[in-house]
Amino acid sequence: MPPDANATEAGAARAGGRADPRCHALLEVRDISLSFGGVRALEAVSFDVIEHEVRAIIGPNGAGKSSMLNVINGLYEPQRGQIWLRGRCFDRMRPHEAARMGIARTFQSLALFGGMSVLDNIMAGRNLRMRTGLLAQALRIGPAEREEIAHRRFAEGVIDFLEIQAHRRTAVGQLPYGLQKRVDLGRALAMEPSILLLDEPTAGMNLEEKQDMCRFILSANDEFGTTIVLIEHDMGVVMDISDRVVVLDHGRKIGDGTPEQIRSDRGVIDAYLGVAHDAA
Amino acid sequence: MPPDSEPLRARWPLIALAALLGAGLAAPLATGAAAPGFYLEVLLGGLMSGVLYSLVALGLVLIYKSSGVYNFAQGAMVLLAALATARLSEVMPLPAAIGGALLMMVGLAWLVERLVLRPLVNQSPIVVFMATLGILYFIEGFGQLVLGNDIYKVDLGLPKEPAIVAQRWFDGGILISREDLVAAGIAAALVLALALFFQRTATGRALRAVADDQQAAQAIGIPLGRIWFIVWSVAGFVALVAGLVWGSKLGVQFSLAEVALKALPVVILGGLTSVPGAIVGGLIIGVGEKMAEVFLAPALTSGLGVAGGGVENWFAYVLALLFLLVRPEGLFGERNIERV
Repeated sequence: MPPDANATEAGAARAGGRADPRCHALLEVRDISLSFGGVRALEAVSFDVIEHEVRAIIGPNGAGKSSMLNVINGLYEPQRGQIWLRGRCFDRMRPHEAARMGIARTFQSLALFGGMSVLDNIMAGRNLRMRTGLLAQALRIGPAEREEIAHRRFAEGVIDFLEIQAHRRTAVGQLPYGLQKRVDLGRALAMEPSILLLDEPTAGMNLEEKQDMCRFILSANDEFGTTIVLIEHDMGVVMDISDRVVVLDHGRKIGDGTPEQIRSDRGVIDAYLGVAHDAA
Repeated sequence: MPPDSEPLRARWPLIALAALLGAGLAAPLATGAAAPGFYLEVLLGGLMSGVLYSLVALGLVLIYKSSGVYNFAQGAMVLLAALATARLSEVMPLPAAIGGALLMMVGLAWLVERLVLRPLVNQSPIVVFMATLGILYFIEGFGQLVLGNDIYKVDLGLPKEPAIVAQRWFDGGILISREDLVAAGIAAALVLALALFFQRTATGRALRAVADDQQAAQAIGIPLGRIWFIVWSVAGFVALVAGLVWGSKLGVQFSLAEVALKALPVVILGGLTSVPGAIVGGLIIGVGEKMAEVFLAPALTSGLGVAGGGVENWFAYVLALLFLLVRPEGLFGERNIERV
């Protein structure tokens, strides 16, 4: 079965039979405003993410999509608004705290540890879960040894899952782009996140690579139950794999709904076709 | 493609350079310009001073590995640590003084993280590099102001009188400084500990991750502030060790910070990202310098009729320049490969 057909089916299956979103929001952003000097990147944007869904954020270039992800995982500090995670309210996140609370992410322009091997990159994703002391790790004694082996096993599982076994020992900087994107995803998955933020996971890929990536994303969603928030420009990908879609334009939310609703939404179509914005 | 399969053709400049260095090393013996015993003495002397260079270079490598920044202030840190120990040991026993100096270096690390690195997070490395220049001048000024600017003594109680060994094989034996031997032992232990730390511990992996990409490192849950505090503390500790060894040999004075400039050619040779590289680079520079001073300078004088003095002062930099041309990443450094 071609991966695309698979994707459509899985998407359709999950679209139905969901409980009321209001009750199950795993993550919610409320009234988020963010500006850099005079540039308003986000203006009072609110949306929620339900446990186990695939939530897409779309919009033209400069709409504020990446800024939104950066706010959610704490790289940017919003001027107004709150982030609600599992019912807890935050005015801002800090990156390492977000990671601790189960938010992992990948980056639009690759941000891998280029000098380290594929295995080390993925093991770095396990860092937070390592508990034994420095000295024990350095000397590989008892519990540290067992811990290292357990994490190594998990990392190997991720490597198998992403089908990059052959490149385990290669320095990531030497891999072709498509594979680097997979390692980026692998490092995030190694954190066993409850929420995975993906910033243009299929950008710059050919059709085959895109299909592979969609397959990995959907499997992660299905098998590990990971909730996924992704930014994507390829409408085919968005319509196939996402359950609900948020549309941003010039820092404002202009649409929110299922792929079908978004497809026929007048405002969204205008934004994409470049209808002039009101001065108001 | 693994780096080993690099064609020989691409490596010939490095091989040529190595051959040149090897020939230079062997020349005094081969031409009979030096007695074997004397030659060995010069060689050992070079290795020993190389160990001292390595100690300073280690601190540089540590900070570079974990932040991608060349820390200009490492020499000043060596000086500060030695100075603090020397002054404290005037009023308290030596172990307490060393402990006090260590506390001071940790305090410095904390200040640097709070006041310099944290505000500059996610800035380009050159910005942080300039900041380390500022730290350098701050430390020098602060050191003079608070700790004084005379020449002070640190007495570690190391054996001062040299030993004469191998009298059976060489006429008159070989003179070895016991003090230097102890220093070499300390350096070896330090390197082993650091190598284990970087390669085997989760914190070591986190350090390497931070060096490669700060944002990504944050995103996988590495707290940058704590990592930097750790690194600068460890670099401060290494500076303390280097400062003690140097200081007990030469006396604690402001020229210590200058000696640290020699660490620059060392890390260019060894590779800025490599702990073993710092050691090997230091040894090469140390031996090269001594050999050049003792054997090359007279040869220059008699051959070209120039005054051959002061070779020791520039030799390391010329060597580093040659390496930059042939192998910019250094002997053991990570080669920066980027696909575009």
